[in-house]
Amino acid sequence: MTGVNATYLDHAATTPMLPQAVAAVSEALAITGNASSLHSSGRRSRRLVEEARERLAAAVGARPSEVVLTTGGTESDNLAVKGLYWSRRAADPRRTRVLVSEIEHHAVLDSAEWLAEHEGAQLELLEVDEWGRVRPETLRAAMARAPETVALVSVMWANNEVGTVNPIRELVDIAHEFGVPIHTDAVQAVGILPVDFAACGADALTLTGHKLGGPYGAGALLLGREVGVTPLLHGGGQERDVRSGTVDTPSVIGLATAVELAVADAPRRAEVVAGLRDDLVGKVRAAAPDARLNGDPGTGLIDGGPSRLPGNAHLSFPGCEGDSLIMLLDAHGIECSTGSACTAGVAQPSHVLLAMGADEATARGSLRFSLGHTSTAEDVAAVAAVIGQVVERARRAGQNGNGRAHRRAAAGRS
Amino acid sequence: MRVLAAMSGGVDSAVATARAVDAGHDVVGVHLALSETPAALRGGSRGCCSKEDAGDARRAADVLGIPFYVWDFAAQFTESVVDDFVAAYAAGQTPNPCLRCNEKIKFAALAEKALALGFDAVCTGHYARLDAASPPTLRRAVDADKDQSYVLAVLTAHQLAHALFPIGDTPKAQVRAEAAARGLRVADKPDSHDICFIPSGDTRAFLGERIGARPGAVVDAESGQELARHDGVHGFTIGQRKGLGIDRPAADGRPRYVLGIEPATGTVTVGPAAALDVREIDGALPVWCGGVDPDGPLRCVAQVRAHGGLAPATAWQTADGSLRVRLDEPLRGVAPGQAVALYRPDAAGDVVLGSATITAAR
Repeated sequence: MTGVNATYLDHAATTPMLPQAVAAVSEALAITGNASSLHSSGRRSRRLVEEARERLAAAVGARPSEVVLTTGGTESDNLAVKGLYWSRRAADPRRTRVLVSEIEHHAVLDSAEWLAEHEGAQLELLEVDEWGRVRPETLRAAMARAPETVALVSVMWANNEVGTVNPIRELVDIAHEFGVPIHTDAVQAVGILPVDFAACGADALTLTGHKLGGPYGAGALLLGREVGVTPLLHGGGQERDVRSGTVDTPSVIGLATAVELAVADAPRRAEVVAGLRDDLVGKVRAAAPDARLNGDPGTGLIDGGPSRLPGNAHLSFPGCEGDSLIMLLDAHGIECSTGSACTAGVAQPSHVLLAMGADEATARGSLRFSLGHTSTAEDVAAVAAVIGQVVERARRAGQNGNGRAHRRAAAGRS
Repeated sequence: MRVLAAMSGGVDSAVATARAVDAGHDVVGVHLALSETPAALRGGSRGCCSKEDAGDARRAADVLGIPFYVWDFAAQFTESVVDDFVAAYAAGQTPNPCLRCNEKIKFAALAEKALALGFDAVCTGHYARLDAASPPTLRRAVDADKDQSYVLAVLTAHQLAHALFPIGDTPKAQVRAEAAARGLRVADKPDSHDICFIPSGDTRAFLGERIGARPGAVVDAESGQELARHDGVHGFTIGQRKGLGIDRPAADGRPRYVLGIEPATGTVTVGPAAALDVREIDGALPVWCGGVDPDGPLRCVAQVRAHGGLAPATAWQTADGSLRVRLDEPLRGVAPGQAVALYRPDAAGDVVLGSATITAAR
């Protein structure tokens, strides 16, 4: 259930939990047992966890032993980036270069920056094209410069802001050609695009529950059996000695339930959602003709799936401030985002759009509508009904702010 | 009305917002992010610009059940308030940044954006009253210690017509009690004071970092003798007694005060208290809260700093549009850069007539 009377178009932030996942979590919450305990209650909990792990693994083309359960995307990204770096550098001190795309989520970007500030890493940002895609030749050129000094590569499967999908298989092949491990943040992709861990060949892959109909605070790092990572969290060593902490049995069950259902339903849902998305983009452009769709146009195919996330519509509105648009739409019960947020809630110009070559004004004047499994034609109609007046009003406010200094200065002289 | 409530994260704006909601307005809370590098937690009792303050404001908005957003005005604030503050000190003046923030940010950039977005008014937790009239009359707060009418006296009739000050009729202690009764967690949050963008509280060091060392002399007004050297005129304000760096007493044994600041040469003139007496003030760009210029000399009470410094006076606008104020009795510590606010000279003395920025005093 979303907000009261809300038109919820922020599925990329979090998507409603699937009723089956809610039921599975609720049922499991009443079951006592630490999955690490040896007694009967512990064994029962352990069995539930391992069954869930197997179901999750099967749904994403991984082996159960490759599923490291975590609290979600941020932890998985931190574990992959820092863990791979420490492990690779320990094996070979020359390996200090970290190759990360410019358009990564902050969980990857800030982890890599932290390594550069505190652990002697050399962070190299892989450039993206105007659609926000890492081109294979970009990675190849960076690798070829001294492959023996690269610790790891991290490129997200699909971008959370503009929806552009990266050619992960090709990027994996290039990294492996040079013997370097590669991580991919697939938080936006799993359950939406065809993601198969074994087939893509990545060494580590991040997924999280709340983006695909599972609970918050539950996710996984898929980690190849041969891939060494140094742990972040020390303690009982519950997850392959790579991650410690009592396993959250109900959340894991909810996560596996959601992954299974989302993956099974993904092809059908992608078609429906992409249809609604295209309709939305068309109607927004009809009401605000200078609105521009950012990212891949979505007409291509990558690794057997669409070249753009089916539910993503990221648009720039020249002359508008994103925060004005958000507020005005919110007043009409329409919930969306600018695509990036920070802890104080200040809308920063998106690093993704800036990396794609947008100027700061364009980067500040953007909105992300993200559709998902509960989206309907009524949601699209609700946006279409108000977007024209909202953009017009936001534009007046935006221009008002820009012209202010000049007008006041003129008034002062008169 | 559609009301945009500016919420700093403090108790005053939280209660002001609550009252606007109670009055039946359609209220949206907005926290202004003014610092370009906000700290995670508040330092001491200074400022309203940390993420913790933004969180406090958000929490209050949630309790009141209203939408809440953080708007980034950091660039405008830096340009219009912080840079202006530094430049004024470098020019030997004593600016009031709260007044500048009201004039340029809260009731200008913010209000204009709010009006353009369809709001009718901006509500703040300032201690001042607005009487319903057209244009509204700005009056001192009921709580004399907390009165902020001086830093609002720069507002034009148009700006006041779109302002709401719901707590000006209430003493601070009652505002806190009301916050507690309403379940607002900020009820006992310490008051913020000093300058919000100088978290260390060390204004001289803050200015020194930005202005750099511009050494000059501290000179005795009567003898012309150099009494000390200093690192820059930004360390001084008219009427200042402490921190002059003079290592010997005056010939008459009396304390010496800053009488004049000459930024071009870096000369700071000092002398006896009696020499601080000012009887006439020039002010630039006068603002009349009623929206019309007075048609002749105006009897008033002049206030020359945020707290205290009052004298009956006559004020008039000169041919070039600036303000001249002749005081009936002398005032001390009249510093260029501060505002001279004019109040109606009736028994209550609480109606603001207008203001101007002090450019000269003699």
